[in-house]
Amino acid sequence: MDQVKLERRAAMAALLARRGDDLLVIPGLGSTAWDAAAAGDNDRNFYLWGAMGGAAMIGLGLALAQPDRRVAVITGDGEMLMGLGSLATIGIQQPRNLAVIVFDNGVYGETGMQPSHTQAGVDLIGVARACGIANCLDVHDERELAELARRLKDLRETLFARVQIAAEEPPRVLPLRDGVALKNRFRAAIGLET
Amino acid sequence: MSAQTADWPDRLFQTLKRGGVRQVGYVPDAGHARLIERCRADRDIRDVVLTTEEEGVALAAGAWLGGERAALLMQSSGLGNCVNMFSLARTCRFPLLMFITMRGEWDEFNPWQVPMGSIVDPVLKLCEAEIYRARAPADVTGNAERAIQHAFGDERIAAVILSQELIGRKVWTK
Repeated sequence: MDQVKLERRAAMAALLARRGDDLLVIPGLGSTAWDAAAAGDNDRNFYLWGAMGGAAMIGLGLALAQPDRRVAVITGDGEMLMGLGSLATIGIQQPRNLAVIVFDNGVYGETGMQPSHTQAGVDLIGVARACGIANCLDVHDERELAELARRLKDLRETLFARVQIAAEEPPRVLPLRDGVALKNRFRAAIGLET
Repeated sequence: MSAQTADWPDRLFQTLKRGGVRQVGYVPDAGHARLIERCRADRDIRDVVLTTEEEGVALAAGAWLGGERAALLMQSSGLGNCVNMFSLARTCRFPLLMFITMRGEWDEFNPWQVPMGSIVDPVLKLCEAEIYRARAPADVTGNAERAIQHAFGDERIAAVILSQELIGRKVWTK
């Protein structure tokens, strides 16, 4: 089927529009961090500039610590592939307030657009389901993206989504990269001491 | 080992409780078996079984972002799995409290444990971790208390090493 793939910046903007103070976001290393910064910087974003493969687990620790807030990990296919085991770990924990959303363009964008495993057929939705995450959504178009935004707004069980996006490289929008400052402003924003 | 000395995992569990640890990530390990059992049975501690130790480094960072204290239990072989993920703790100064049971350093039957076991201390030092080594049951609580203070008070990496002579030789034939 020949279809127009979603544009990543628009997809991120749609997910984070009118996000609410209770949404905490972990943008994964690479393009998803630039996408989140482009959608509007927010103290409740903890951007990753490294720790590849760790985004989903940071989200898990945060979701367990903050059960009354929603946590969205938004990362790329390459970053998720490096931490695939964390889907098994999350599948056991199943915090009601955690969403793991993978922007899947089938390439490693930061390193020169080399093909990733998903381009060759590795199915992240299939992996998540096999790990016990029943609330999965495969997003290919605007209608499905709107459904994802709705489920994220009204998060009641662990959610995994794959958003099929076009392999494009919009201009980088770089967020703060001082890790201590990112950590402290995030904690301050949710009322913790720094 | 007398009953008094053999209960160090229970005393370590109580130390973690007193230290306010609420999330415990672990890869199952014989040396940590009793401690894992206590954590799993405790209503106020969330036990998180991991597929690989580096997941626990990220878990602990997320916990701290959300205001909770986490601990990570692993065997010496798991330390090597964590090295790049330590960047998260080092760059952002996340507290990271680790309890590492040693293999490959004392009365080891399995030579495959030696390569990683023999470089635990230098790897931890290169990663800017403070090391607290317990060789005997009486050392465990005090070292754990100091490590808790260093990790959460100073937002640093602290590793309590539980020596192989403390844990005892693995039984290979039953």
